[in-house]
Amino acid sequence: MAHFPKPSEGSWTEHFKIDTGPVSYADSISPEFYELERDAIFRRTWLNVGRVEQLPRKGSYFTKELDAARASVVVVRGTDGEVRAFHNVCRHRGNKLVWDDYPREETKGTCRAFTCKYHAWRYDLEGKLIFVQQESEFFGIDTSKYGLMQVQTEVWEGFIFVNLDPENTTPLKTYLGKFAQGIDGYPFHKLTQVHKYRAEIGSNWKLFIDAFAEFYHAPILHAGQYESGEAAKIKKYGYEALSYDIDGPHSMVSSWGGIAPPKEKAMVKPIERVLRSGLFGPWDAPDIGMTTEELPPAINPTRNEVWGMDSFVFFPNFMLLIWRPNWVLTYHYWPTSYNTHIFEGTCYFVPPENGFQRLQQELAAVTFKEYGLQDGNTLEATQTMLESRTVDQFPLCDQEVLLRHLHTTTQNYVREHQLRNAEAPVS
Amino acid sequence: MGNVFPPDFAALEPFADWAVRGERARYAKRVSSTMEELQAFYDVAYPLLQQHTEYLENLSLDGISDEDKRLLWAFCALVTVAFPVEAWGQPRVPDSGPSSIDAVVEPAV
Ligand code: FES
Ligand SMILES: [Fe+2]
Repeated sequence: MAHFPKPSEGSWTEHFKIDTGPVSYADSISPEFYELERDAIFRRTWLNVGRVEQLPRKGSYFTKELDAARASVVVVRGTDGEVRAFHNVCRHRGNKLVWDDYPREETKGTCRAFTCKYHAWRYDLEGKLIFVQQESEFFGIDTSKYGLMQVQTEVWEGFIFVNLDPENTTPLKTYLGKFAQGIDGYPFHKLTQVHKYRAEIGSNWKLFIDAFAEFYHAPILHAGQYESGEAAKIKKYGYEALSYDIDGPHSMVSSWGGIAPPKEKAMVKPIERVLRSGLFGPWDAPDIGMTTEELPPAINPTRNEVWGMDSFVFFPNFMLLIWRPNWVLTYHYWPTSYNTHIFEGTCYFVPPENGFQRLQQELAAVTFKEYGLQDGNTLEATQTMLESRTVDQFPLCDQEVLLRHLHTTTQNYVREHQLRNAEAPVS
Repeated sequence: MGNVFPPDFAALEPFADWAVRGERARYAKRVSSTMEELQAFYDVAYPLLQQHTEYLENLSLDGISDEDKRLLWAFCALVTVAFPVEAWGQPRVPDSGPSSIDAVVEPAV
């Protein structure tokens, strides 16, 4: 039974002119395909690496490991207040410039200059080489030629993006397209209370996006999260989105409000009842300077009264979830091989005013984690069975339209990259 | 030695070891506890949370005392423990196998 209207074509999938046939998932189980994705996608698109709040002062920096792009970047706020990113590579002999005890681990801090651990070459916050140990031993070295390699960096609504491809001159805002334009003005800067989680997942990065870009699985995989009577009702009801949308490589799903607050308190678990919070966040929304009706137009695009949250998938690996009770969740999926990736989930809340609000936020964050554990572990089971290649054609329903779009987009990026390389003259 | 928690929460004193700082450590304590241990803590902590909502609503986080800080940590532990007690019937998330999701950034309190 349909609960919400669909486009005139009869389905979202047909409306967006995406194939309705079964999909193969060959793109998620092939080491060769992963190698192509690294160059075609992760070295060419805008990647979100953090938020401006992570760089509160001049000299604040953090590093980000971009394994899929074979890169590490250091993101820093310069003495002029500008946010820049550099390849984390010393120009002398190629040592990793910024790291703590473990070269593969990300780090953060504040400094006045970056000094290489190997021979003490030093770079200022704008990347200029300012000190060479025993400079007179070199052969008339022109230090102006050995500054850090800068990476294109742009900030959208406080989200810092880098683009490793110097030839890709598409501005960030153009790349992010109509969803970002329609989100502009959301007061992200007021949501400075951060709970961040990290996991190593034994699946291809796209499979986890698949799990978070559809809610068809929620009444089933997560049934144990509900009161048992409620779980049966929810299962029978199934899941339907309010709407889906696609813009270039990006996509979004707009969802109804679930049970926050519930019609009857008996619908939710006792801890949710007493804390008035749960998966959808604290039920009482904090003041962010705008009402639900006043939210920017890309948020709750159908302006439906039962709206609860939107999930935006910014290709390739950044998801932004905006919830009705005025909080935000982001997901990042950082590939480390064709069948592993690092998942990051970050909750952003308005800072709590009292102990009770702090606990309400804790419940929302921990609920997300409990769900995530079920999702992440299930994916390892999926990955191994896909790799068995026992079955290679999988039907997807209309509530899984964003998955089709993600895999189709990925394959298009790889195909176009191969064509470009084939055309390029042999050098 | 003084009390671990504010006076209104004296019933929590036998469960002072649940006043653990950080979600990661609280979760580790949860999964290394038995259901009986989780239930015992829950049975004392949940009614206190219910009765003293107002106390918590008036609890400012600026300049928070050590007693109140530990109280919040214990209630954060209750949040974590509520999942096994109210939903899972076991300390670990069902079907979560060896997987883990670790807190890497958390609020100061
Ligand atoms: S490699 Fe950095 S100073 Fe030598
Ligand atoms: Fe899920």
